[in-house]
Amino acid sequence: MKHANYFKSFSLITIWIWLFLFALLPFALMLIASVLSHDENTIVRLPFTFSNYTELNRLLYIHIFWRSLVIATIATTLCLLLGYPFAFLIARLQSKWKNFLILLIIIPFWTSSLIRSYALIALIKTKGVINAVFLALGLIHQPFLLLFTNTAVMIGLVYNLLPFMILPIMTNVERLDNRLIDAARDLGANQLTIFRKIIIPLTMPGIIAGCILVFLPAMTIFYIPDILGGAKSILIGNVIQNQFLIAQNWPFGSAISAVLTLLLATFILIYRFVSRGNKKEEWL
Amino acid sequence: MSNTVLNNHTTKNVVELCGVYQSINGHDILYDINLEVREGEFLTLLGPSGCGKTTLLRLISGFEEPTRGTIFIDQKNVRGLPPHHRHVNTVFQSYALFPHMNVFNNIAFGLRCQHVSTTEIKTRVADVLKMVKLEKLAERKPDQLSGGQQQRVAIARAAVNRPRVLLLDEPLSSLDYRLRKTMQIELKQLQRRLGITFIFVTHDQEEALSMSDRVVVMQEGVIEQIGTPRQVYEDPSSLPVATFIGEVNIFPGVVTNLLDSKQLAINYLDKVRVTKSNRTFSVGQEVNVIIRPEDVRVWNQHEVSANETEEMFAGTVEEVTYKGTTVDLIVRLSNKQSVAATEFFDEDDERLEYKIGEQVWVSWTSGWEVILPHETR
Repeated sequence: MKHANYFKSFSLITIWIWLFLFALLPFALMLIASVLSHDENTIVRLPFTFSNYTELNRLLYIHIFWRSLVIATIATTLCLLLGYPFAFLIARLQSKWKNFLILLIIIPFWTSSLIRSYALIALIKTKGVINAVFLALGLIHQPFLLLFTNTAVMIGLVYNLLPFMILPIMTNVERLDNRLIDAARDLGANQLTIFRKIIIPLTMPGIIAGCILVFLPAMTIFYIPDILGGAKSILIGNVIQNQFLIAQNWPFGSAISAVLTLLLATFILIYRFVSRGNKKEEWL
Repeated sequence: MSNTVLNNHTTKNVVELCGVYQSINGHDILYDINLEVREGEFLTLLGPSGCGKTTLLRLISGFEEPTRGTIFIDQKNVRGLPPHHRHVNTVFQSYALFPHMNVFNNIAFGLRCQHVSTTEIKTRVADVLKMVKLEKLAERKPDQLSGGQQQRVAIARAAVNRPRVLLLDEPLSSLDYRLRKTMQIELKQLQRRLGITFIFVTHDQEEALSMSDRVVVMQEGVIEQIGTPRQVYEDPSSLPVATFIGEVNIFPGVVTNLLDSKQLAINYLDKVRVTKSNRTFSVGQEVNVIIRPEDVRVWNQHEVSANETEEMFAGTVEEVTYKGTTVDLIVRLSNKQSVAATEFFDEDDERLEYKIGEQVWVSWTSGWEVILPHETR
């Protein structure tokens, strides 16, 4: 009993130290940096100022924020539409192939996603594999212009983030009690009703986890718009990266990050508020 | 054939199974099942786990289709009819309540699927909630309920649809002993109040005996016996039934003489004893003599006189288990056969102190034995 308590406190303290050092402290540093000034010679310096935030209130940045939101939302929706049926089928599969299929989802993780994104170029460029195949089949007469378009960015995002949608939903569907579906059938529910009233609500935690895991990186991942979108497709992640690595303007980069964090936190809070309000669920 | 045959019965059969077989991957799960379930009765399918009783339930509910044979519900052949088109509802083993819905919505689920009007749903759910005494818990989620309350929600959820038959798959098995006893009584009362036919599955013979109008004893996919609790307990039709329902002592013997149509003499435990049986036997036939422990009386040396011991068996007490209302004994007879005996505390027999190793006399009333033909199992 005593040993168990030591282990418990040890684990908890480790987690707290970890969170403090690697989550809270960097975040605090970022917040502090976001209200400091900047010049050519020093990365950050006094005096404190809010000019970094006021600078953000320009049409250009609002536009980029909006575009990033739209693209991340579309990417998340696509991942959900593609990933849910896939996750559902794999989770319900009673076959020796199941583990192999799960392995297929995980294998891409063994290669850096940066390299995989470069590999995508070879597929979608004007003289790439996809165009070559489509031309050879006579389906198109002129090659697609995919690379360096928003479509290319979307393909890259969905391709990279789909496993993050599939895995949580799959775990959730696997835990789904078959007897609940039997019970619903027994009570006279047809397939559509079972799906809408039983399966979707019960897999909602997986859906939300998947959406968060896809949406957050989709907002901030900078190398995919860089590689596949070219200079045309600047998202909020690219702006932050530019401020830190190219313009060396850490305070401004920090300010953008802080606003982004605030925005995402607001979304999660809104979701929690809405889901609590929905407690009295209605039918049809 | 169904309609003409069924019309001959005085009581209507709600469910009828004719020559039903079920095999999965070439394994026979159920073998030539013939069963008639009467209107309004409490029927129990009793058998050890794996005997096919749950499969039988799933055949009636429509979750599985038999490989051969016909099932009639309300005189209608239900082959190919999916669960939601059969007028039966199931109470699942673990209740299978929808965890994301409160009690009201759980119970209303079936009615909503049938597009019953909102006002009617409200009154019907309220009625059934009252019946299971859960009016105050309508807003609770299943995980905020105790095991017994969940159980009642599960029954209410099925009963609100007014099914012709309610199928209950070991609904009490996950409750603790005390609650199970209470729920047994409640379930029985509920069945009378609802007036719905119950088909109840259990592996607990005590539960089966105390609750049912009729018991179907199953063993390895075969129906061994159908009868009232009293019939299956006092007059088991086969050795598996006798051994499954309650404790038994089994003594192999040989028929030595037939006295008349009811009485016969059997040589067992090195004695020839006369007993009664409704079955017909022939002289020289090998039989099993079955006697229940509670029918066995144990006497110590002082309680019996020498002339009384003629009909008794000498033995040594080998084990004593105190059970509160009874004392269970294992007595080793002189021919090494062991006999289980259950002695009740009563005023006539104030001395129920047995010591291990004590010399005792064992007896039972002639005619209380059940004689079954010898079968090799």
